[in-house]
Amino acid sequence: MSLQVTDLRVYYRTLAGDVKALDGATFSIADKEIMGLAGESGCGKSTLGNSLIRLDGRMKYIGGSVNLDGAELPIWDNAGMNEFRFRDVSVIPQYAMSAMNPTRKIGKMTEELLESRGESYRQIRPELLRRVDLVGLDRDVLKRYPIELSGGMKQRMVMVISTLLDPSLLIADEVTSALDVSTQRAVAETLVSFRDRGFVKSMMVITHDISILYQTADTILIMYAGKLAEKAATKTIIDGCRHPYTKLLISSLPEVGIRYANKKLKGIPGSPPSLLKPPTGCRFRDRCPLAFDKCVEEPPFVEIATDHSVACWKVTGTDA
Amino acid sequence: MLSLDRVTKVYKVGTFGGKDMVAVRDVSFDINPGEVVSLIGESGSGKTTVGKMILKLIDISGGSISLDGLDVASIHGAGVKRYYRHVQGVFQDPFSSYNPIFKADRVLSLIRSEYFADMARSEWNAKVEAALRAVTLDPDQVLNKFPHQLSGGQLQRLLVARALLLELKILVADEIISMLDASTRIDVLNMLAELKSRGMGILFITHDLSLGNYISEKTVILRRGVVVEMGATDKVFANPTHPYTRMLVSSVPQLHKKWVQIEAELPAPIAGRGGCLFHEMYPLAGRTPEPAADEPTLAKIEEDHFVGCFDLPSEKASLVA
Amino acid sequence: MTAASGATTKPGPAVDDTAKDATPTAKRARGEFLFFALRSKKFLISAVILVVLACVAVFGPIIDSTDPVGCSTGVSGACPPMVHPTLDPGNWFGTTFFGDDVFAQFANGLRASFFVGFLGGGLGAVIGMAVGFVAGYRGGWIDEILNMVTNVFLVIPTLAVLLVITSYLQARGVMFEAVFIGATSWPWAARAIRAQTFSLRSRDFIDLAKLSGRSGWKVIAFEIAPNMSSYLFLTYILLFGGAILIAASLDFIGLGPTGGMSLGLMMFESVTFGAALQLGIWWWFIPPGIGIIATVGALYVMNVGLDEIFNPKLREI
Repeated sequence: MSLQVTDLRVYYRTLAGDVKALDGATFSIADKEIMGLAGESGCGKSTLGNSLIRLDGRMKYIGGSVNLDGAELPIWDNAGMNEFRFRDVSVIPQYAMSAMNPTRKIGKMTEELLESRGESYRQIRPELLRRVDLVGLDRDVLKRYPIELSGGMKQRMVMVISTLLDPSLLIADEVTSALDVSTQRAVAETLVSFRDRGFVKSMMVITHDISILYQTADTILIMYAGKLAEKAATKTIIDGCRHPYTKLLISSLPEVGIRYANKKLKGIPGSPPSLLKPPTGCRFRDRCPLAFDKCVEEPPFVEIATDHSVACWKVTGTDA
Repeated sequence: MLSLDRVTKVYKVGTFGGKDMVAVRDVSFDINPGEVVSLIGESGSGKTTVGKMILKLIDISGGSISLDGLDVASIHGAGVKRYYRHVQGVFQDPFSSYNPIFKADRVLSLIRSEYFADMARSEWNAKVEAALRAVTLDPDQVLNKFPHQLSGGQLQRLLVARALLLELKILVADEIISMLDASTRIDVLNMLAELKSRGMGILFITHDLSLGNYISEKTVILRRGVVVEMGATDKVFANPTHPYTRMLVSSVPQLHKKWVQIEAELPAPIAGRGGCLFHEMYPLAGRTPEPAADEPTLAKIEEDHFVGCFDLPSEKASLVA
Repeated sequence: MTAASGATTKPGPAVDDTAKDATPTAKRARGEFLFFALRSKKFLISAVILVVLACVAVFGPIIDSTDPVGCSTGVSGACPPMVHPTLDPGNWFGTTFFGDDVFAQFANGLRASFFVGFLGGGLGAVIGMAVGFVAGYRGGWIDEILNMVTNVFLVIPTLAVLLVITSYLQARGVMFEAVFIGATSWPWAARAIRAQTFSLRSRDFIDLAKLSGRSGWKVIAFEIAPNMSSYLFLTYILLFGGAILIAASLDFIGLGPTGGMSLGLMMFESVTFGAALQLGIWWWFIPPGIGIIATVGALYVMNVGLDEIFNPKLREI
């Protein structure tokens, strides 16, 4: 078992009170697994991703534990996490384009980054060049400034740099959403090839675009309003999901071939609850067509079949 | 009907505007009443520029745009206001479309002060309510609120409602749902499709093929300012012919088909001389892609389906890169 | 933050109370402004300070009609010099080295400084806004020309020009000083406003206002300017304070108004002629110092307060 997250809670501090952005997440990612994490904006997916690598000033660790390869990650301790970052847990940030220092040549920047982690650039350089070749970039990029690269090139360069030390877990946060369709595919396929080649052991791909996950991920975890809704193998989520939110979400997505004139898709009425004072019980209750009395109690996230967990009373049965 | 005839936009760049940068070249298509035309392109394709030229927010450098026979470029002064009575736009970012220091419904009162200053308040209120109902908004939920108190979906609908207050013929919808969440974007899309029945023509600008495919009757695919393929939506998607269209169709992530499978299912590429079967049909093939004023830029390959040549030297080079 | 949370957690009394009746938007907006203005401590405190200072500047010289320079110029004959401030009526501020009443000087000086600030700062702000808005909104060759003019004004050696003008003018009033300061201090304001306008111009709501049939100047006045209102106010405050300070330094080198009194002149005289620091005549230089600091400081605090009032987002949290 590569990553095991148990009852993780991370809130955002605001003047109006705590925003319960991540309110109890328990799941695991196996070795060699690419887990997709999807949900609407504000559902806590980025909070979950960020909390595994760095809590920023407004994020507050409330409770829970994160275990990576048998070692406990001290995610509440910014300094303590330094030992793990880049080496064990690494991230491709959402705006990779701005993640690179514009005044440093890319090679120089990589060298500084490695040396700040006590690694020798000279030793790693051959491997760096090999991987630059692998993602289809010219070796010259190391002598260039970030501004000279296109969006897709930068994204691929950041991918190479952030996986240079073969981290155990890679978090890719919306890496494809700002890209054009053509580069999007290349970047997504590169992510998968990194896993296949063993540059990273397991991966968490955060995106709002479920169809990208269908192309890349082995399993998909759906979040709603700070809680986990459903986790299963990709095929199961797309074709045999059980949580009413997942079902409605999947059926609202237009695809090439589906036309308004022939098949009218439906959205989900209403909007997600405020996480400042979230309702008790199931947070999808207000928008759920299946909601009934029991939903005022919070549904547990339980395994209903092998590797298929759902948080819904209708699915798990009220006596669960 | 709105007609674009070889619309071109050239920007002067460099010191003293010494260099030309062609943003849009020879774009021609029509938007009929009750029709959704999707203009599909990636970033830098010039799709937004086309929309803004239709909205007279950017001047056109060549060709012409006409609304029911009236040349849009010749409209000046008070005529611009009359033009906007019939042609309106909604943009990508709902939050940047609202002046953040004013209440959201100010977009409606602006229309009143400019177009319906004499209308009685009760009559106006009824008009606003009807427009809001048409976009499935509850007046109590959206009036008197600041933009940040409303959701992206509500804000975009409010902008469509704003346009409906006028006697709208053409609506330019520029990526209006790309910033919305999946669960709400389809409703905005459906609402847009329903406006067709009011006889409105809609230009739906998007980078997302599946959205364009879902809603439109006609598809125009734009690449680097040039139309590479256009026609009836079902024909373009059933038989994508230009290599660029084929690449787009095979790269768009789908929910039930993996990429490799999509590629395998594409109709076989049409082989021909120089890689382009329609080579002979292009008067401009084999020379620099500067068609003369009376030369067509697209070849008709079937009824309602036109393709740009990809055997031009410049096209070949850019497709490889 | 979702829409629902914004709507449900902060009812915003003024917003909802007025929501149902059909009062015109302008009136409603004013009501809200007042509601939030009265809740802002920063705004209230600074407003009180400014009103008090303005009252002193306006009514002080009327109530206490003592000639502020009667003793130093010999008009009022012999005066008791360097009287400590006491609780006796008419002597709360003491007198200067020359025997002039410090309060009379302070009140007259404050009046002159406010005048220079209002007029000089106002003129600078008006020119700066006109140039900045037009250059930023229109862009193109208009922008290039206005930019050139701005840069020319920016590099004009103000002092040298003033020296030349002074050599031709016999008598200079406060009015001349204010206009001169206004006409030379606008370039940086124009540049800053141009930059802000430039970034606002590309926002979608500007396009949308144009699509609503609004003319260019209406877009500037009702879409762009309100978005920068607190910034424009800050600009005015800085120009206001700057005008007061420039006036003080002009007074210092003898290029100030001939005759009359200003806070700058007061401080200058207290240090140069009166050796107030060495002799310990603190009551001579402290009032004008406090006057300048209080005026400029209160304006600044008011700006921060106004920012919170104008910006509904800052108001909510």
